[in-house]
Amino acid sequence: MTLFLNLVFRNRLAAMGAVVITAILLLALLTPILPMHDPDVTATADRFKRPFSDGHILGTDHLGRDLLSRLLHGTRLSLAVGIAAALIAAATGATIGIVAGYFGGRIDNVIMRVVDMLMAFPYILLALAIVAALGPGLMNALIAVAAVNVPFFARNIRGITVGLAGREFIEAATLAGMGHTKIILTELLPNVLPVIVIAMSTTVGWMILETAGLSFLGLGSQPPQADLGSMLGEARSAMISHPHTSVVPGIMIFLIVMSINLLGDGVRDALDPRLRSGALSRPRATTLVDRKGPLPAPTNDLLSIRDLETQFHVGARTYKAVGGVSLAVKPGECLGVIGESGSGKSVTALSVMGLVASPPGVITSGAVYFQGEDLIGAAYETLRKKRGDRVAYIFQDPLSTLHPLYRVGHQLAEAIQSHQKVPNHKARARAIQLLKDVRIPNADSRIDDYPHEMSGGMRQRVGIAMALANDPDVIIADEPTTALDVTVQAQILSLLNDLRRDRGLAIIFITHDFGVIAQLCDRVAVMYAGRIVEEGPTQAVLDAPAHPYTKHLIACVPELGQGRRVLATIPGLPPMVDDLPLGCAFAPRCYKAQDKCREREIQLLGTKPRAVRCLFPEEPV
Amino acid sequence: MLALRVQNLSKTFPLKKPLFGAAAPGVRAVRPTSFDVARGETLGVVGESGCGKSTLARMLVGLLDPTEGSIEIEGHALNTADPSEFGKLIQYVFQDPNSSLNPRKTIRQIMEAPLKHLHKMAKPERDQRIREIFASVNLRESFLDRYPHEFSGGQAQRIGIARALAAQPRIIILDEPVSALDVSVQAQVLNLLADLKAQFGLTYLFITHDLAVVEAVSDRIVVLYFGTVVEVGRAERIFARPRHPYTKLLADCAPVVGRPLTAPEQKGSELPDPLNPPPGCAFAGRCPRTTEICWTTEPELKSMGEDQLAACHQPLED
Ligand SMILES: Nc1ncnc2c1ncn2[C@@H]1O[C@H](COP(=O)(O)OP(=O)(O)OP(=O)(O)O)[C@@H](O)[C@H]1O
Ligand code: SF4
Ligand code: SF4
Ligand SMILES: [Mg+2]
Repeated sequence: MTLFLNLVFRNRLAAMGAVVITAILLLALLTPILPMHDPDVTATADRFKRPFSDGHILGTDHLGRDLLSRLLHGTRLSLAVGIAAALIAAATGATIGIVAGYFGGRIDNVIMRVVDMLMAFPYILLALAIVAALGPGLMNALIAVAAVNVPFFARNIRGITVGLAGREFIEAATLAGMGHTKIILTELLPNVLPVIVIAMSTTVGWMILETAGLSFLGLGSQPPQADLGSMLGEARSAMISHPHTSVVPGIMIFLIVMSINLLGDGVRDALDPRLRSGALSRPRATTLVDRKGPLPAPTNDLLSIRDLETQFHVGARTYKAVGGVSLAVKPGECLGVIGESGSGKSVTALSVMGLVASPPGVITSGAVYFQGEDLIGAAYETLRKKRGDRVAYIFQDPLSTLHPLYRVGHQLAEAIQSHQKVPNHKARARAIQLLKDVRIPNADSRIDDYPHEMSGGMRQRVGIAMALANDPDVIIADEPTTALDVTVQAQILSLLNDLRRDRGLAIIFITHDFGVIAQLCDRVAVMYAGRIVEEGPTQAVLDAPAHPYTKHLIACVPELGQGRRVLATIPGLPPMVDDLPLGCAFAPRCYKAQDKCREREIQLLGTKPRAVRCLFPEEPV
Repeated sequence: MLALRVQNLSKTFPLKKPLFGAAAPGVRAVRPTSFDVARGETLGVVGESGCGKSTLARMLVGLLDPTEGSIEIEGHALNTADPSEFGKLIQYVFQDPNSSLNPRKTIRQIMEAPLKHLHKMAKPERDQRIREIFASVNLRESFLDRYPHEFSGGQAQRIGIARALAAQPRIIILDEPVSALDVSVQAQVLNLLADLKAQFGLTYLFITHDLAVVEAVSDRIVVLYFGTVVEVGRAERIFARPRHPYTKLLADCAPVVGRPLTAPEQKGSELPDPLNPPPGCAFAGRCPRTTEICWTTEPELKSMGEDQLAACHQPLED
């Protein structure tokens, strides 16, 4: 809660809004006990007194009523009606939305058609029609304003509910024997509530304005009762001669609506989980680079990563996701990178092309040389030209590379045409061929699918086709086949293998499958807690792992053809990279850890091409 | 003694009726499928994505109504219309450990649900039971008052297993229970599952696409292709001596240390279209042994000796 308030108030405008609206609310609440004139007593002798005349701080209106008193009573009424309308609209709309979204099918269809129809009417016309049917009066205006806002809530909440209803925890609740009502109330509602609150906080301002609008037209509060809208309406005729009578309620409406909306936006941002973790600023086009000290020397490899350090600065914490990694590939070579979740494999890969999200990511040291040219710190334009064309990525999550609103064929063709000048039909033919290469069945018809019409495995294959589109020199593949079936995986691995043999494609292949590494990669680097702990030719490392971690990791992985058995495990969990122990990061889980292991940083040592970061390696290297 | 008997279970998802004309026949996600699971057995189910593994599993726990067929648990036919009847007999462990836990409930609330709704236990009894279960899945009791986002994947998956155990089921369906986990954690969870099975006398149906994992944990394995069973056999034999060409293809494709990289399948081979299933063997378009009869007649599941069954006109020789 305090975190939430902190976040809201970090936004200056929201804080201002909060202060203003709190003051107004306090005034409105205190109105009945403040010593003031009766708002409805007329004194025609005193009409149109200017502000700051004695007895009437804000002056009087056309019937000589005290404006300050009318203003405060009016505000009170307007706020009450607006908030009541918002609550009613939210409650009804959310109920409809949850029911429609949860049950789906026919119920959903019917409800949403009706909602669509209502939304097709202009807002204010609908409200006018309702008041016309019910007759003027504040109560009816409230009903009308609530009613026109119900569809908005219903639609929003239904969308959220549909997403939640497909989540597995709802199914788990069914299996735990809960009925529909119970699931809606205890499983769905708590998850939907924040959305309802956000929707309310961003609409209550408008509802106050709408109620005021109806009153202004004489359809809301009836004389002599004051609300902000009717005060404006009554002042209309004296607008030119006595402007203060309209300015006073006008300013109040402005203050209320502005402050509520500013606060509402602040609340919305604070509840947005994406903003919660990072700063409130916009992401940068490339990763922030803040390197101190001299750059490491370039090498004559095609792509070489040298002493790369990438960190995430979140609040006061520093996550050392990549802590000094050096890797290199030559043309036609495949380098495997293996390690557990969170070991920094993906961040290393993303750093190459400056794709780590900034904030919070910062590259604090090291260099990445592509044909001798340092990519870190290169201008965005240089990187953009090289992305896809020279260095292509295949990501773990295919959705991140595909635009949901364009057909996959269109996206493939666009990728081809952005780096090569070819006519449309050629680009399309090439796109179909690429889809065939990655074994999409019926490529000729599938090319016109939207990403969401494909299964996850197929989207992943499209992602791979995208990476191959421009015959890049280097492919950085981040677990590209983890989600795929073995038959498709075998096809894709052999496709990549052919490409590197025939065209000299260099591949950095990130995975946690030793089988894949063994089959595809010439060399392998094992990562743990943001650093390489062992590297060497694949066969040598697999046959005789030198680091205790590598040895155990290999033992953990079941291998086909060994039959049923108890699997080896590594006790404990990998360390958090914001709080790395001094010395060997694996020491807490290592069976031969000694005091010496925890004393100082351990170097990656060995005779080329092998190296290990361990004081007591399993094998001398 | 049989724990589970499935007979001719099938599921067809209706398609949306087009504006004009009759609705298409629908997607046949699971074609009539029969198999038995003995009490205390672990039956592995493997197959490629879209072959109907999850649809089958969801029918078995009552999350989906079967189009046809029957499910029998320990000799009693299940009333497929009543989901709460399923809950006490058969439970499900989900693939994604985090998405199967309600983010706004404490672990205690999550654990209590099956005890309260399926077994109508009183509060002190529930607490006692939760303590026992947590002890058996190696979770600390202090976790009970925390929220799901505070747990790692492996811990969350153990909580998911603990919840399934709380219902005191006879059978647990494990739908890719370790594919979201890291290898070192995966091994921990697999070993835990084996211990729990022995401790509580459970029967498992273990669904996965990872052949090495399924071989390491199962007694028998069922291979699904295109919505139906193509081969059943003992875990130690089925991939070493497959009789169905599809099983052989799977085994040949699995990446194994020390085996050179090959693409065991020609590039042009066609995958079947679920909207328009072929009349004969669904694998005919990809099979190197296809003959005339394969295109016209669907092969039946036949015994191949030694507990192995395969649905193929020209099975591979031993
Ligand atoms: N946007 C971010 N903000 C803060 N920390 C992050 C962010 N992205 C990654 N990290 C941290 O950086 C570390 C390395 O993450 P990375 O994604 O590189 O791991 P990985 O080895 O690719 O894991 P996986 O096998 O799960 O893909 C982790 O501790 C992670 O929590
Ligand atoms: S340095 Fe020490 S603790 Fe680290 S892996 Fe080697 S033996 Fe284990
Ligand atoms: S029935 Fe024919 S096509 Fe089908 S798997 Fe057997 S040999 Fe191949
Ligand atoms: Mg990753």
